[in-house]
Amino acid sequence: MAAQGSSGVKNIAKIVAKRVVSAFITLFLVSAVIFTISGLLPGDAAQELLGQSATQEQVEALREEMGLNRPALVRYGDWLTAIVKGDPGYSYVANMPVSQIISTRLPNTLLLAALATLVSVPLALLIGITAAIRRGTTVDRSLNILTLSLVAMPEFLIATLFVLAFSVKLLWLPSIALVSPEATWSETMRSIALPVLSLAVVVVAQMARMTRAAVADQLDRPYVEMARLKGVPFPRIVLQHVMPNAVGPVINAMALSLSYLMGGAIIVETIFNYPGLASLMVNAVTSRDMALLQSCAMIFCAAYLAMMLVADIVAILANPRLRA
Amino acid sequence: MTGSIITRRALIGAGIAGGAGLAAWSLTRDGGAPSSSRNGSGGNIRVAAPSASTADTLDPAKGGLSTDYVRHFMLYNGLTTIDDGSLAPHPSLAESWESTDRVTWHFRLRKGVRFHDGSELTSADVVFSLRRHAVPALGSKMATIAEQFASVRADGRHGVTIELTGANADLPTILAQSHFLIVKDGADKPDGNGTGPFRLQQFSPGVRTLVVKNGEYWYPGRPALNSIELISIPDEVSRVNALLSGDVQLVMALNPRSTRRIENAPGHDLMITPSSLYTDLIMRQDTMPTGNPHFVQAIKHLVDRPLVNRSLFRNTATIANDHPIPPFHPFYNAEIPQNTLDLDKARWHLQQSGLSGVRLPVYASQAAEGSVDMASIMQEFGSRVGLNLAVNRVPADGYWSTHWMRHPLSFGNTNPRPTADLVFSLFYQSSADWNESGWKDERFDRLLVEARGEPDDLRRKDLYGEMQRIVHDKCGVMIPVFISLIDAFDKRLKGMRPVPLGGFMGYRFSEYVRWED
Repeated sequence: MAAQGSSGVKNIAKIVAKRVVSAFITLFLVSAVIFTISGLLPGDAAQELLGQSATQEQVEALREEMGLNRPALVRYGDWLTAIVKGDPGYSYVANMPVSQIISTRLPNTLLLAALATLVSVPLALLIGITAAIRRGTTVDRSLNILTLSLVAMPEFLIATLFVLAFSVKLLWLPSIALVSPEATWSETMRSIALPVLSLAVVVVAQMARMTRAAVADQLDRPYVEMARLKGVPFPRIVLQHVMPNAVGPVINAMALSLSYLMGGAIIVETIFNYPGLASLMVNAVTSRDMALLQSCAMIFCAAYLAMMLVADIVAILANPRLRA
Repeated sequence: MTGSIITRRALIGAGIAGGAGLAAWSLTRDGGAPSSSRNGSGGNIRVAAPSASTADTLDPAKGGLSTDYVRHFMLYNGLTTIDDGSLAPHPSLAESWESTDRVTWHFRLRKGVRFHDGSELTSADVVFSLRRHAVPALGSKMATIAEQFASVRADGRHGVTIELTGANADLPTILAQSHFLIVKDGADKPDGNGTGPFRLQQFSPGVRTLVVKNGEYWYPGRPALNSIELISIPDEVSRVNALLSGDVQLVMALNPRSTRRIENAPGHDLMITPSSLYTDLIMRQDTMPTGNPHFVQAIKHLVDRPLVNRSLFRNTATIANDHPIPPFHPFYNAEIPQNTLDLDKARWHLQQSGLSGVRLPVYASQAAEGSVDMASIMQEFGSRVGLNLAVNRVPADGYWSTHWMRHPLSFGNTNPRPTADLVFSLFYQSSADWNESGWKDERFDRLLVEARGEPDDLRRKDLYGEMQRIVHDKCGVMIPVFISLIDAFDKRLKGMRPVPLGGFMGYRFSEYVRWED
């Protein structure tokens, strides 16, 4: 028994190690793709910075200063080695280190994502499980209609409706997220209430749908029937028998939704003028701030891969059959 | 400031998992600081402009977007200023100026003006600020204009002499632009230390700028506001919502479609500033078929200007006459007959050019305001006279470098310039980089140089009048309307008045407005 246990742990360690290695390889490939694609954008930071009125020699001088006139492969090599060492480079557009720019935005994005997660995950689980165990009833149907219409509704519409109702009409909450260092807790909470709500609405619907599907699928299995026949109380069946088996797909759906919160919140960030990473990245594209653009892209990819990795590991740990 | 950067940088190391909790802490760490209510009371207002960029700068020479101009006018002063509809330069840091030949200019500086750090303004600061535009590595937006400065030198402690490469009567007007604001001598990277009405308290590029009243401002009684927080809200609908919900008190660059929402709100007002901003259809003269003079005439008679004004701009725009000088300009030539929609004329010219039935692509983009709709309107009228225009709608990103002026038919967009000379030299002189249509008229080029050095204003008006006529008759650009700039503000904000150089009173509102509860 003991030997079996340790070999199980070894197995898991092996699988996890494999996943981690493949995540790093993916990240490396992604870095090459990001670099290539950002190089395909027309124009460069020197042109963009100097604007229309630039003369050719000005552009050349600035390119020289920014190091843009070196061959692409050399720039890629430099960038990659620097980023491995933890230095994402220098933004000549903002005239400060990329790490400094990102360090002002990343906390905002993390805060928004964390709060949206906090609101949406319990809600999604509740809705999903309720709908699954009440399959075919009015409760299930109304929850279905609700989640489906929320999934179908574009987030800019939801966000705009929230603003019109809560800010412009009722004057309860600010229409823009005024995140500033000197704001108090309650001020910060007030100003990000609407963005969190809008994001939560979007991801709750998706996660709830996935949860319902996964749980419903398990409820049809023979072991559930067996347990019921044995007289196990229904709540215990759901929590102890069904959930561990359903957790894989549920966690996967959650990881997808949450990685979306990291980088895909651009529309919500735009509407509420929230100073997060997604709008920073869009900004980097328009100003051709390659160092910043590449760093943002890398952060999003790393976050995505990390979420997927965590989802995989949790799924493996939760499901004994995947361990073998 | 430094402290918070260090803590936040450390955050990255803290990793994503632990980051969320820390982030909340970092955002609110300074919670104990007295946060004055910025809902307007006591003259603390929040203002929203449309452009947000990490390229936001404290360096006047590098300002490229509306937020930059507003910020720079809060912190710095120029030698001269333009603060009303007359477009005439008024004294600012320079008390007076004189020139006998329009080549050598003497400026006498105001005495006793102090920078925010307490040092006195001297000619050395002015010389430094004007000379730095010539350094290519700086990347000044005004480098080409500053090439006219043959030399800038101090003339005692409070005098500056500028020698130009050629006569230019507009120098005092040129120096009123935000790019020529005066920074401290030796400030290679200006940090906000200027002589302006507000002191910098916080600056975070792309997010916000916080300034507080400069109590020792050299102009007695100004500024009236205590503090201004300048933020950017790029999304127009969000900007309007923020104003209506009381989160900001002044917003810039409204879409004409939003004017009704403001008009229906009891506590808010609009300010419509007629400007010389225009979107034009460019017909390249160096390629066929657009280089055909009959084709140019056909196009100029193929646009229903009142319709463009009504449907695109809700009648806030000013009808234009295919030249870049707007009716409110002192040098406007009112005697040129107005080009109007005239399908018979257009058809005749089109037949003369032999282009009836030809399919021509026209490039439009959101980058050039209103151009997509203008193109559709022209397509409609074109089909009635036998001209088949195919509208190619292309993305705004990269439009200026890949499409603008690069096709026989494309749209351009030109921002207000403070002088007739600037707009003509930048966009109509045959040798200009942005000679949009690639036209060449020798008489026009000669008149341009002559008008630039002409001391007599009446004579200048004649010269510019003739240039307008030449552009109207021959140049390959069609300018349907001048687009007005629309600001909206809380009614308790008093003293707003239009300055046709830009929204927010030509970006200079901070010094002039006051708050009355």
